[in-house]
Amino acid sequence: MWKWLTTLYHRLGSPKWFYQITGRWLPWFAISALVLLSVGLVWGLVYAPMDYQQGNSFRIIYLHVPSAILAQSIYVMMAIAGVVLLVWKMKMADVVAQSMAPIGAGMTFMALATGAIWGVPTWGTWWMWDARLTSMLILFFLYLGLIALREALKPQEVAAKACALLAIVGVINIPIIKYSVDWWYTLHQPATFTLTQKPAMPASMWLPLLIMVLGFYALLGWSVLLRARAEVLLRERKSGWVRETLEKK
Amino acid sequence: MSFDNLSDFLAMGGHGLYVWSSFALGLLILIGNVLLPWLKLKATRNQLQREYRRQANQNTPASASDT
Amino acid sequence: MKSPARFEAVVQGQGNPPGDFAVFKAALLREWRLQVRRRGDLLNPLVFFALVVVLFPLGISPTQEILAPVAPGVLWVAALLATLMSLDALFRPDLLDGSLEQTLVSGYPVAPLALAKVGVHWLLSGLPLVFLSPFLGVMLYLPWQAQGVLMLSLLLGSLALSLIGSIGAALTAGVGKSGVLMTLLVLPLYIPILIFGTGAMQAAIVGNPPGAHLALLGALVLLALSLSPWAIAAGLKIAVSGE
Repeated sequence: MWKWLTTLYHRLGSPKWFYQITGRWLPWFAISALVLLSVGLVWGLVYAPMDYQQGNSFRIIYLHVPSAILAQSIYVMMAIAGVVLLVWKMKMADVVAQSMAPIGAGMTFMALATGAIWGVPTWGTWWMWDARLTSMLILFFLYLGLIALREALKPQEVAAKACALLAIVGVINIPIIKYSVDWWYTLHQPATFTLTQKPAMPASMWLPLLIMVLGFYALLGWSVLLRARAEVLLRERKSGWVRETLEKK
Repeated sequence: MSFDNLSDFLAMGGHGLYVWSSFALGLLILIGNVLLPWLKLKATRNQLQREYRRQANQNTPASASDT
Repeated sequence: MKSPARFEAVVQGQGNPPGDFAVFKAALLREWRLQVRRRGDLLNPLVFFALVVVLFPLGISPTQEILAPVAPGVLWVAALLATLMSLDALFRPDLLDGSLEQTLVSGYPVAPLALAKVGVHWLLSGLPLVFLSPFLGVMLYLPWQAQGVLMLSLLLGSLALSLIGSIGAALTAGVGKSGVLMTLLVLPLYIPILIFGTGAMQAAIVGNPPGAHLALLGALVLLALSLSPWAIAAGLKIAVSGE
């Protein structure tokens, strides 16, 4: 198993192998994303029971929580890719990190927007400086910073290394930011009603949520692979294998 | 099923506006995250294929100079 | 630097290369001489700090009831922005005149060099900010019992601000106009420092002990002190490789 993993890792490090292997993975990610998301959406929207406190507006949870989970985990994945790039000089790690940044920003935006819309029926305002929403907003700015840094730096290798370093610095800071924002929130607004903190959700509510989270991850894989494949072709345009693969068709 | 009929489903117990606007936005972002990279991949492939064809034509200008 | 003979010996491979601390001391001296000469650059952040604080009474209201409660936040945000502005040009002159590349290829450890640079910069711009702050505090009707905490929290906080901000300055050293970009990169990372700094002052204003906030601020300083020199060094190497 371990040997299989290390060979896979080394193969994914070569652009040619990366392109071929991910071509085989693509349909699996696509099918599982479509199936999981449609099952999760229909289950969550139609079959899941209404929340006794929030009514049907609670169904927004099926987008809010998965997007918030993804927003956080994508940043961690980008930092891991950054370590792989800086320590083992694996260039494909940067391709993946670059492909993830816009998705992460999109997921953070989705978490913020659904949180704001959810706030209207729950709190009566579009925005509340709730601890979770505030940390999500800061995370959004962290993503924008990463994207802006990559745009600003010119040679691609320099931009790649700089973004990797910034992602690592950011990932060390995220727990500190989260903790400090939580603390700030309890100092200023003693424990009001938080959107997603529920006393023991029944299975009919959390099962569709779990399916949605898995569906979001599958969609992440699908989207990252699509972006990464385009990026690999562009970066390797001068090498022979790209020409061969493209001329075959 | 927690709804009796379609109009109940659309109304979402008075929260229809919030639920449907969130889900419209969410689906838009999800679909965009797949559709845009897919279009980009296709465009990249086409662009590179055109580039290679142009290079190939430049390397074999023999037929044009004969006439 | 002091004795050419020793330097030669090192270059020729004889003798031991200087340790981290010797490098740190030599760099400290060099940075001090360099940065003291740029007087204008040292004064500007202080003027900026005072000016931003003055904008608030003009923009909100000059009455004590309104200014006193927002004073901690205003002072801290102004100090934060002033530090950020002053850091912007920390590494760029060295990168442009090539001396940064020279120090990197010299083979000396980079982290102590970076730490010396940030340390001198803090002495010359962070510390004056701390001493200026009580006067601005008085102008914002900050209660007397919070003045000491203001200085103490800024003393700790400005160290952390300088250390973390320098990572952004190193990363954007090669970018021509980096002011806004650096702000975008660094400000989110400043949020915990802002929260604990203003938290200490607000605790002091209402009469609670500010110790917990200050301790957390100190912990942040220690963490930044131990990690950011390495990050700054890595950032500088990346910036130089792009030249």
